[in-house]
Amino acid sequence: MWIVIGVVIVLIIFGVYLASTAGRLDRLHHRVDTAYASLNEQLLRRSAIALEVAMSGKLDPAASLVLADAAIRAQENEGDPVDRAQPESDLTKALAATIGTRDEVAVLFEDNEGRQLGNQLSSALHRAAISRRFYNDAVRACRAVRRQHLVRWFRLAGHTPWPQTVEMDDEVPEGFEGR
Amino acid sequence: MRVGIVCPYDWSAPGGVKQHIRDLAYALQDQGHEVSVLTPCEDESDLEPFVVSAGRPIPVPYNGSVARLSFGPVSAARVRRWVRDGEFDVVHVHEPASPSLSVLACWVCDGPLVATWHSSSERSRAMTAFYYLLQTAMEKISGRIAVSEKARQTLVENVGGDAVLIPNGVTCKQFEVGEPFEGYPRPGKTILFLGRIDEPRKGLHVLLEAMPTIVGEFGDIRLLIAGPGDIDGVRASLAPEIADHVEFLGLISEDDKVRAFKSADVYIAPNTGGESFGIVLLESMAAGTPVLASDIEAFAKVLEYGEAGALFANENSNELAATLSTLLTDEARCEALRVGGFRRSREFDWASVARDVVRVYEAVLQPGVKVEADFSGQVFGRFG
Repeated sequence: MWIVIGVVIVLIIFGVYLASTAGRLDRLHHRVDTAYASLNEQLLRRSAIALEVAMSGKLDPAASLVLADAAIRAQENEGDPVDRAQPESDLTKALAATIGTRDEVAVLFEDNEGRQLGNQLSSALHRAAISRRFYNDAVRACRAVRRQHLVRWFRLAGHTPWPQTVEMDDEVPEGFEGR
Repeated sequence: MRVGIVCPYDWSAPGGVKQHIRDLAYALQDQGHEVSVLTPCEDESDLEPFVVSAGRPIPVPYNGSVARLSFGPVSAARVRRWVRDGEFDVVHVHEPASPSLSVLACWVCDGPLVATWHSSSERSRAMTAFYYLLQTAMEKISGRIAVSEKARQTLVENVGGDAVLIPNGVTCKQFEVGEPFEGYPRPGKTILFLGRIDEPRKGLHVLLEAMPTIVGEFGDIRLLIAGPGDIDGVRASLAPEIADHVEFLGLISEDDKVRAFKSADVYIAPNTGGESFGIVLLESMAAGTPVLASDIEAFAKVLEYGEAGALFANENSNELAATLSTLLTDEARCEALRVGGFRRSREFDWASVARDVVRVYEAVLQPGVKVEADFSGQVFGRFG
């Protein structure tokens, strides 16, 4: 009799634990999704403003073309955390090469229109880097729970795909630091 | 943008975190955002219009210091009401890894949540053993900020994950203009201490141990001590030869703080540890008063390892006295520190700090989503 009661109690505790872990995992997946949505938006905004800078006539024709090409390629791979890393990193490099130094940024900021574009680009660059950091943070927290034995044995994650970090170069070019 | 900020400590008492939040709130409002601050509050009269009281704080010993915090069901209910009424786009909590209003807010909120880590405290034993109690609340935070490299390290080691580094700001213009107190500056020289006088980590005892030597060299020197605490107890413990040279100002207003800086020849910060950033140091520098501080990592960094202010070996009263003596007699060195300190304080003005914080908000915003009070997180945090 006592053995049966003991087993039932253990099973109840175990069930509650599983339910709570499933709830926690659900929250973490939700956090990964919202973090990716905002990273996606920030990256799209970044490439859009980079394209605008390229078309603005503030850069020489060769630099404009390099920047426009990189911006358009970055826009083509929206959506996939792994596939988009390379074109986005290339956009970062193109930005650093065309408008990365303090002098180049200072020239851009000389007139009103350029200052407006420059401020938008600076915000977009910083926000994209912040968003990616937060997204990768969410992915790491989620993965840590999904690696637990119980979570795997009882398939608490269901069919949700294994979350992927975005590994790309998003270092803000020197000229935009502190702006 | 509608921003809700949660302060974990008593709004009526001065403190680094409280001041950070107040200045951030003003800077955000300057940039056109709407701000509401929820905080425990001993004295509810005379609050800034954007401050909402969460009730009286309770003094509890925590992590080797006395903290004045709010927690319990009444506080939780107030947090819920504040979140419901506020319709915030983002809620920004401060120092969430302590048993306070901040962790309650994390618990109760559902939506874009940003947290700032201030201190570089060691992980308490309770935190290690019972971390799972905080886990649900912590995992809701979608954007993390650390005010210093050390605070970031604390976060990485204790909680895991990463944070964006945004240092504290100073409202420089507030400290530029101010008259010294009546009768100051004095020819016999004046030195200043600011902070809780019965909190060992603020290091008043280090300064008091150095005082007999200082008085021996400068016969007419005066030490101004501004800060709350057991004044009578400290006064009774003073050595007789220095008692006449020490003046207690008690808890002073912000305006009087500026006047105190203007009255002093040197501001002394003998803190022995636990500081992650030297906000008061920057204020003194903005007011044009040279700083002499202990060489703990956070201070050394703000003072650029001696460029923007003088340093002495931590907890070493003899070196404090010796360094102060050279400062008080070398006008050229003081002038160099005034110039260097003023320049350094500009690099931390609030306008640029607030801009960086807004970028973090924008990175976690969800279009069309407001922060909501999440009841399930309230009682059964881990079962939601």
